Amino acid sequence: MTHTYVMTGGTTPDGVQTDMAIAADGTIAQLGQNLNTDGSEVIDATGKIILPGLVDLHTHLREPGNDDAETVETGTRAAAKGGFTAVHAMANSNPVADTAGVVEQVHRLGRASGWTDVYPVGAVTVGLKGEQLAELSAMYDSAANVTMFSDDGMCVWDPVLMRRALEYVKSFDGFIAQHAQEPRLTEGAQMNESALSSELGLAGWPAVAEESIIARDVLLAQHVDSRVHICHVSTAGSVELIRWAKSQGINVTAEVTPHHLLLTEDYVKTYDPVFKVNPPLRKDSDVRALREGLADGTIDTVGTDHAPHTAETKQCEWVVAAMGMTGLETALPVIQHTMVDTGLLDWHGVARVMSVNPARIYRHTDQGQLTDTGSLVSGALANLSVYDPNPTFVVNPADHASKSANSPYQGMELSGQVTDVFYRGHRVVANAELTTPYQHSR
Amino acid sequence: MRHLLATRELSYDHALAILDTAQEMATVSDRSIKKLPTLRGQTVVNLFFEDSTRTRTSFEAAAKRLSADVLNFAVKTSSVSKGESLKDTVQTLEAIGGDAIVMRHWASGAAQQLANFGWSSSAIINAGDGTHEHPTQALLDAFTLRNRLHGTQATGKDLNGVHVVIVGDILHSRVARSNVWLLHTLGAKVTLSGPPTLMPVGVNTWPVEVNYDLDGILAQHPDAVMMLRVQAERMAGAFFPSPAEYTRGWGLTNDRYQTIADTDTLIMHPGPMNRGLEISAAAADSAQNTALEQVANGVSVRMAVLYLLLAGQPGQ
Ligand SMILES: [Zn+2]
Repeated sequence: MTHTYVMTGGTTPDGVQTDMAIAADGTIAQLGQNLNTDGSEVIDATGKIILPGLVDLHTHLREPGNDDAETVETGTRAAAKGGFTAVHAMANSNPVADTAGVVEQVHRLGRASGWTDVYPVGAVTVGLKGEQLAELSAMYDSAANVTMFSDDGMCVWDPVLMRRALEYVKSFDGFIAQHAQEPRLTEGAQMNESALSSELGLAGWPAVAEESIIARDVLLAQHVDSRVHICHVSTAGSVELIRWAKSQGINVTAEVTPHHLLLTEDYVKTYDPVFKVNPPLRKDSDVRALREGLADGTIDTVGTDHAPHTAETKQCEWVVAAMGMTGLETALPVIQHTMVDTGLLDWHGVARVMSVNPARIYRHTDQGQLTDTGSLVSGALANLSVYDPNPTFVVNPADHASKSANSPYQGMELSGQVTDVFYRGHRVVANAELTTPYQHSR
Repeated sequence: MRHLLATRELSYDHALAILDTAQEMATVSDRSIKKLPTLRGQTVVNLFFEDSTRTRTSFEAAAKRLSADVLNFAVKTSSVSKGESLKDTVQTLEAIGGDAIVMRHWASGAAQQLANFGWSSSAIINAGDGTHEHPTQALLDAFTLRNRLHGTQATGKDLNGVHVVIVGDILHSRVARSNVWLLHTLGAKVTLSGPPTLMPVGVNTWPVEVNYDLDGILAQHPDAVMMLRVQAERMAGAFFPSPAEYTRGWGLTNDRYQTIADTDTLIMHPGPMNRGLEISAAAADSAQNTALEQVANGVSVRMAVLYLLLAGQPGQ
C-alpha cells in the first residue's frame, strides 16, 4: 500500500526511534522500522521528536471585533507554526462569544482557515459581565458543540453565579474555566503586588486575589460535584491549593502559561508594556513552584494565553497598556527551556502537558492520542508536531505568523524549532514554514 | 548624568553635585540681575500631562535664569480619556527640537519610557510620574534641610545622621519615594509614619523604619518632620475611617505641634497644604516650617539639574 508520507528516523515521546507512515485518509497508517517508502513523500525526521499535535486550551484569536490584532486565520497560522493542531478560542471577542451565533461564526472561520482545529469557548455570563448566565445549552447544541465555558479576562466573581454555572454544565459534561481574579482586590492592578510594585509606584495585583477565588471554586466544584478548570495559575499558593484539592478528589484541572514558567516581575522594572499581562508576572519562588507543579501533575496543562495586541495598545504608558502577550509560536521552545532542559520533564511529559492532558480535559477523541507508555497510536488521526530541539535562535516577532508583535521573548535566545506539522494528515507546516491549509469538507 | 529620572538610581556623587551646584545657583537668585548666559540657545520643553502650576513655574523660572528658551506644552490626557499617545506627542516635540524635556505625567514610569525606548534624544527630567518618583522635589527638600542645618557651611556636606520623619500617605506618594531613596543615599535616617493602610506592601525591605506612633517619634526630636498632603480621593477609598481620625493619628495638630514648638525640629511640606487636615495653622505658620524656602530652593535645585544635564552640550 502506498502512503502519502513516510517519516523516517523520528523519536516518539517514549524515546523509541521509529518510522511512521501517514495514509491518504489522514490517519497514522503504520509505525515501525524500515517502512516501505515507495511512492511516498519521505521526510527525514532523524534527531527530531514526534509529538502528538499540541492542544491549547487558552488562545485569544480576537475575531470577531479586533482583527487589527489577530484573526482566526492569522492566529491559527501562528498556532500551526508553533506546533498546535487544536486551539480553544476564548470568548472575549466583540461581540462576546455568548450566543450560539457567535460561537458558530468562530467555528466556521476555524474550518475555513484550515490550519488547526478551532474550538470556540463560550462565555459563562452575558457579555462577560458576571451578572447573568449566558445560554450555555444553546452553545452546546450549536454546530460549535461548546463544552468549555469561560469569562476569561474577567472572573466569574459572584459565588452564586459560579455555583449555578458549575451545576448547569453537568447536563452535557461541560466545564467552567475560571480566570481567578477577585475583582475588588485588583482594582486598577498593574503588576504583582510586592516590594517592587511599591517601588515602581504601580498598583499591585496580590496573590491572594487569585488564591481566594481558587479556594472558593474548588470547594464549590466539590460541593456540587462538577468540573472546574483553573486558567493560568500564577502563584505558589495557587499550586498548593490545587494540590490539596486534588488530594481530596475534587474534579479540578489547572493550566500554566509558558510566560509564568519563565519570566518574573523583575522585567516590569523596564516599564515596557510588553511585560504587562494578566495575571501578572510573579516572583522567582512562584516560577519555581509552578514548574514543580507542572512536573508533578498538580498542574495538568500548558495554556499559552496567546493574547495578541496592536502596537498602539502596547507602545504607551504602562498603566493604560493592554494586558497580554503572544505565545503560540514560542510555547514549545519555552517549555523546552523551562521544563526539559531543567530535567523536570522528559518529552513524554511534554506530550502529556501540551497535548494529551488538554485533549482529555476537553474530551477530544482525535487530538492528544498517545498510549500510556508514550507511543503514538496507529489508526489515529495524524495530528502531529515534529520538533527539532537543537537549533538555537533569537526570538524576533517579525518572523511570527501572528498579526501582533507583543512577544516578551523578543531578543531572547531559545532552542528548538517546530519543523513539520500534520493536521488531519495534511502537512500544514514543512521545514518550519507554513504550506497550505487543510480543506475541510463543507 | 544624561537624564534625571529617579532618585532610586541617583548616586551619592551625583546627588551631592546637584546640591552643591544648587548652592551656587542660589547666589544668582540673590543678585539683582537673576540671569546666567549658560544655556543660551538651548530649549527646555515643559511637557505637562497633569496640571501643576507650581512645578511648571519653578522649572520655567530655572530655565529662564539660565537663559534657555522655554516651551510650555500642556497635554490633556488621562488614564481614562486617552488622546494622542505619549510616543506621538514626544516625537512631535522632537521635530521642534528641544534639548531637555521636563515631564510631569500621571503614569508611573512615563519618564523612564521616554528616556529608554528611543522615542526622544533629549535629556529627560522627571517632574513627577504617577505614584513613582518626583526627584527634583526630593532634591529641593534635601537642599532645604542641608541649608537649615549647615547654613553657609553647607557645600560638600551630606545628611549623615540626620533623622527625617515622613508622615502620611506613603503608598500613593511619589514625593515620599524620592525622599526615601535620596535621604538614604545621603546618609539620613528615615522614619515613615501614617495609617498602616497607606504603607506600601514590602516597605520592610526599604531602608527605613516604620513607626505608627507619631507622638512617640516626635518625642525623639527628629531633625525634620515632613507632612505629606492627604489627597481627597484617599478619603473616599476607605483607607481610613474619617478625616478626623486621620488628623488625630497623623496630623500635625496644634496639640502635637506644641510638643515640638521651639525645638529644632523642622516642619516640611511639599505643598499645597491642607490646613486643618494634615497640618494645623499654628504649625503651618511657625518659623519651623520651611515651606516657603522649599519653593525658593526649588528654583535653585532645578537650575542645577538643567545646568548639569545641558551645559557643555552644543546649543541648537
Ligand atoms: Zn485570563
